[in-house]
Amino acid sequence: MGIYDEIASNQRRTYLLLFFFFVLVTVLGVVIGAMYGSTYFGVGFAIFIGIIYFLFSYYAGANAVLTMTGAHEATKPKYTHLINTVEGLSIAAGLPKVPAVYVIEDSALNAFATGRDPQHASVAVTTGLLERLNKLELEGVLAHEISHIKNFDIRVMLLASVMVGLTVLLSDFLLRSFLWGSHGNDREKGSGTAILIVVGLALAILSPLIGELMKLAVSRKREFLADASGAMLTRYPKGLADALRKIKEDPDPLVDKANRATAHLFISTPFRKTKGTFTNLFSTHPDINERIKKLEAM
Amino acid sequence: MVATWILVVIVAVVLLVIYIYNSLIRLRMRVKNAWSQIDVQLKRRYDLIPNLISAVKGYMKHEKGVLEEVTKARTSLISGSMKDKAKASNQITDALKSIFAVAENYPQLKANENFKQLQEELSGTESKIAYARQFYNDSVMSYNESLQVFPKNLFAKLFSFKAEEFFKADGKERGNVKVEF
Repeated sequence: MGIYDEIASNQRRTYLLLFFFFVLVTVLGVVIGAMYGSTYFGVGFAIFIGIIYFLFSYYAGANAVLTMTGAHEATKPKYTHLINTVEGLSIAAGLPKVPAVYVIEDSALNAFATGRDPQHASVAVTTGLLERLNKLELEGVLAHEISHIKNFDIRVMLLASVMVGLTVLLSDFLLRSFLWGSHGNDREKGSGTAILIVVGLALAILSPLIGELMKLAVSRKREFLADASGAMLTRYPKGLADALRKIKEDPDPLVDKANRATAHLFISTPFRKTKGTFTNLFSTHPDINERIKKLEAM
Repeated sequence: MVATWILVVIVAVVLLVIYIYNSLIRLRMRVKNAWSQIDVQLKRRYDLIPNLISAVKGYMKHEKGVLEEVTKARTSLISGSMKDKAKASNQITDALKSIFAVAENYPQLKANENFKQLQEELSGTESKIAYARQFYNDSVMSYNESLQVFPKNLFAKLFSFKAEEFFKADGKERGNVKVEF
């Protein structure tokens, strides 16, 4: 699959995510409506909140992520080499605009890209990464991030995060409503409503989990593809393979300011490793050894 | 009934021609843009070289030959065909490499802040040229390929689209990697 097929498939994925988003919001709206005795109110309320939340996080989400991770903009002359490398790779990828370059003061080895499209994109790297990787390795990591931008992965990831965030918000609202007891009049509630409320309760508990799993499923496959298209930019897969090996051997992969909301963005998982298949299902990144193996086979 | 069918076929053919024409134009535009990226970086390096020369001149009194080589290659960059430009560009790359290699013998020069900045800028520009060239050659390849596949080749001839030249002087390219998705 070439890079243009990749962009097209991300386009489809974007529509799919938006569709899921819409269905989920509507269903939650129906349940909220049942609680308050008016479906119109519930659906209207959920869609209204959904649109506001969506617009806000779609346009301000990337900046929020950068703020949350404590990133600050890289400037010359201190980061000349970093900026030059990003500029070079953007040329190689044919990006319409050079992404904004950010630095995170953290000794861990990690990096991420975010934004809504190649025109509005940012790359961030930790200072640890800049100190410990050589030129070729840094180039490999940055090429991986630039590929995320070029392939529109950043948009899919941003939308996935927005969706999970909204689901959590609405479910939270639902659960609180249950806890605070009945709104609306008991007289208006039939037995059908009671069933709906039980379903809604289950949904409220489960939907953040479903959203989270979806986000992970999207994220893990992206990593392999970005590795491959990154290698097409540098024409030197060994650079990224060496970088990943260094990252793997790093005893402290933890980025202090990473949390579950931003984990899927990083080049390698920002949390300490734990064992078991359950964690594999819930991990944001594919096995690093597997990635190194694939890169070395190129 | 037959008339309707004929009309449908004509409309379909016209749409196909428009589609093919636009896709060829798009690919050719990409080649043009890619070329201007190379040009921007070549120009940037062209402007940086005099600064480098004046920064190292005081230190490298005994290395006149190396400096002259860069200056000479620089002037030959301005005019000429794409092949000439590619060749001159490679010459500058080599000449700059030897300046930086010689600079290793001058600890004072190496410690000079201005020189360090220039070295970083020039090596950055150097790799940007390599990347711009890679993107250009990739774009030329996909454009030239599309001129040859059926049925695009028929319309390419009809609208007189011509194959573009690669930016290449000799065999010193970075090899392509085999990538499988």
